[in-house]
Amino acid sequence: MASPGYQPVNLVRWLLWGGTALLFAVAPLVFRQGFALTMLTQMGTFIIFALSYNMLLGQGGMLSFGHAVYSGLGAYFTVHALNMIGSGALVFPVSLLPLVGGLAGLAFGVLFGYVTTRKAGTTFAMISLGIGELVHACVLMFPGFFGGEGGISTNRMVGKPLLGITFGPAIQVYYLVAFWCFVSMIAMFALTQTPLGRMANAVRDNPERAEFVGYDTQKVRFLQLVLAAFFAGVSGALSCINFEIVTDENVSALRSGGVLLATFIGGTGYFFGPIVGSVVFIFFVVALSGFTQAWLLYLGLFFLAMVLFAPGGIASLLMMQLPVIRARRFGELVPPYLLALAAGLVAFAGLVGVVEMVYRISDQSLETQMSLFGIGFDARSPRPWAAFALLLAAGVAALGFAARRVGDRWGAIQNQMQEGQR
Amino acid sequence: MEFFVVQLLNGVSYGLLLFMLCSGLTLVFSLMGVLNFAHASFYMLGAYFAYQVSLYIGFYPALVVAPLLVGGIGMLVERYGLRKVHRYGHVAELLFTFGLAYLVDEAVHLVWGRAAVDYRVPASLEGPLFRVFTSEYPTYRVFMMLVSVAMLVSIWLALTRTRIGLVIQAALTHPQTVEALGHNVPRVFMLVFGGGAALAGLAGVIGGNAFVTEPGMAAAVGPIIFVVVVVGGMGSLAGAFIASLLIGCLQTFSVGLDWKIFGLNITVAQAAPVLPYLLMVLILIFRPRGLLGTREG
Repeated sequence: MASPGYQPVNLVRWLLWGGTALLFAVAPLVFRQGFALTMLTQMGTFIIFALSYNMLLGQGGMLSFGHAVYSGLGAYFTVHALNMIGSGALVFPVSLLPLVGGLAGLAFGVLFGYVTTRKAGTTFAMISLGIGELVHACVLMFPGFFGGEGGISTNRMVGKPLLGITFGPAIQVYYLVAFWCFVSMIAMFALTQTPLGRMANAVRDNPERAEFVGYDTQKVRFLQLVLAAFFAGVSGALSCINFEIVTDENVSALRSGGVLLATFIGGTGYFFGPIVGSVVFIFFVVALSGFTQAWLLYLGLFFLAMVLFAPGGIASLLMMQLPVIRARRFGELVPPYLLALAAGLVAFAGLVGVVEMVYRISDQSLETQMSLFGIGFDARSPRPWAAFALLLAAGVAALGFAARRVGDRWGAIQNQMQEGQR
Repeated sequence: MEFFVVQLLNGVSYGLLLFMLCSGLTLVFSLMGVLNFAHASFYMLGAYFAYQVSLYIGFYPALVVAPLLVGGIGMLVERYGLRKVHRYGHVAELLFTFGLAYLVDEAVHLVWGRAAVDYRVPASLEGPLFRVFTSEYPTYRVFMMLVSVAMLVSIWLALTRTRIGLVIQAALTHPQTVEALGHNVPRVFMLVFGGGAALAGLAGVIGGNAFVTEPGMAAAVGPIIFVVVVVGGMGSLAGAFIASLLIGCLQTFSVGLDWKIFGLNITVAQAAPVLPYLLMVLILIFRPRGLLGTREG
């Protein structure tokens, strides 16, 4: 995203941000169903969460397994604030509640960050996991504040409506989330341009040299984590307003793992990576979980495939195409890409068939008679097994072939582009 | 006194089980620099495999077959997964094993369902072995201790007295030199990773029926073994041994105590799940390298 040289007005950047704002504004007008609105609201919340996570993983090189601690504790404080507004003990506009969550996240970031950021690398990862488990166990231990297993529920339609905004209808909650999401995006992007953001990159890439020029790496990591915890708290508060309930699931390892998956799938190397990742992840969670019980398996496989074959995430895959498009050679890549896409779909269909059949057989409460892709069959008969296994094998083989074709074409174009530069 | 002796025995048997898990994790970490997030998943796989195998050919064959199966899976994971992501650095390796843990969890859900399976202690090992004052001590707990100790002694002998053990020890500190001397270091990595997985699998075989074999067992024990490794000192086997026994005893003792904690409205038993993590935080503040660790950070 960074552009070389001095530019008084970065036109591309203005266009990108303007387009994003426009997208936020018109998205609910295009996707009108209630289901789509729920999904968009969750995406907005998760984008803040994933971007704040990337402040650690992508910008600071800190792999955290306990980031849900900050969003979850932010959500708990928000739910109590909301209930106090409801009982009249506190006068505070609901639309500014994300600040309460953010400050709670920030406070716990100061507390836990002091311990976790003493180390970097693998040790940081393990300690963050330990802190996550510690907080999760504590949440279940003190039911007075955290509500135990059942959590704490609330009602967001409290206080005086301002300009007729009650936060009753889902569309009003969406625009609240969209507003905070946009503001947080700008704030977090601005942070990457500050000296702290730059030093975080330096500490990530070469801590020894960063210390040599006079920076305390531990302090840089600490500040970065505290700020990330603030935005995590903001997203926790928004999810509290959206769902009107906060449970121990909000601080659980599952949530921490989810944000890691989403951020990595999107790509940690670019600022917009986690945004893409959140959209994909929430789509997996909300849309796919309605269709199949095995959605976590598909998500896990997708994640592993990304780690193995595209460690830069979707964002880096997209950015890799830019120079090719600029050189007007993208057309040559379209046929091998389409081939790979077709092969991938075939392999995926085979995989889905096998997984769903295993699931049907292992779960005794379900009938083995099932239908997939509009075809009905019995999961106990050998024929669909053979068919799907064949589909999977053929798809994988074709994918390998297509990958080689893409690689050959890609290499040739790169070579010719370098020749051209000389 | 009775409470103390019984809890001490339970603590030691649990601690030995923990060490069986941590030894593999520590060896892999010091050899390859990889923190295997999926280590507890191998433990779970060991328990499930043992359950499935014991349905057909009984518990004692399963005691051998299940760890071998898990070890084989471990070697495949190293050969076709970890070795590929190795060039992307340690974070990628950690993420790979994290994804693997996710996948194993879901695969277990898919194949064995979400409820616990009926994996039992074999009839020949049921019942009490001896009496401690007034309470009877179960045979199976003693069997667990015997298996763990036998395993530990054989690992120690293998590491110090055999040729491959010496190569492993050398590869811990000087992998390039060992490679230059003509040893196949990647194969050593594969063997150690598989061996660590097999150890975790064995722990699952004997732990799965002593506790519960259910899909949540990996997530329950995973963070604990990380705590053990941090408390003992990253990469130190002796430290991991002490920390395993310490945390094993800490957990078993605290569960049995109903003293009130000063200033809080809860008992020690209620606070038990938190104690290992608190210990970890305290160790990190006052002795960041862990009990017997040598490297800082």
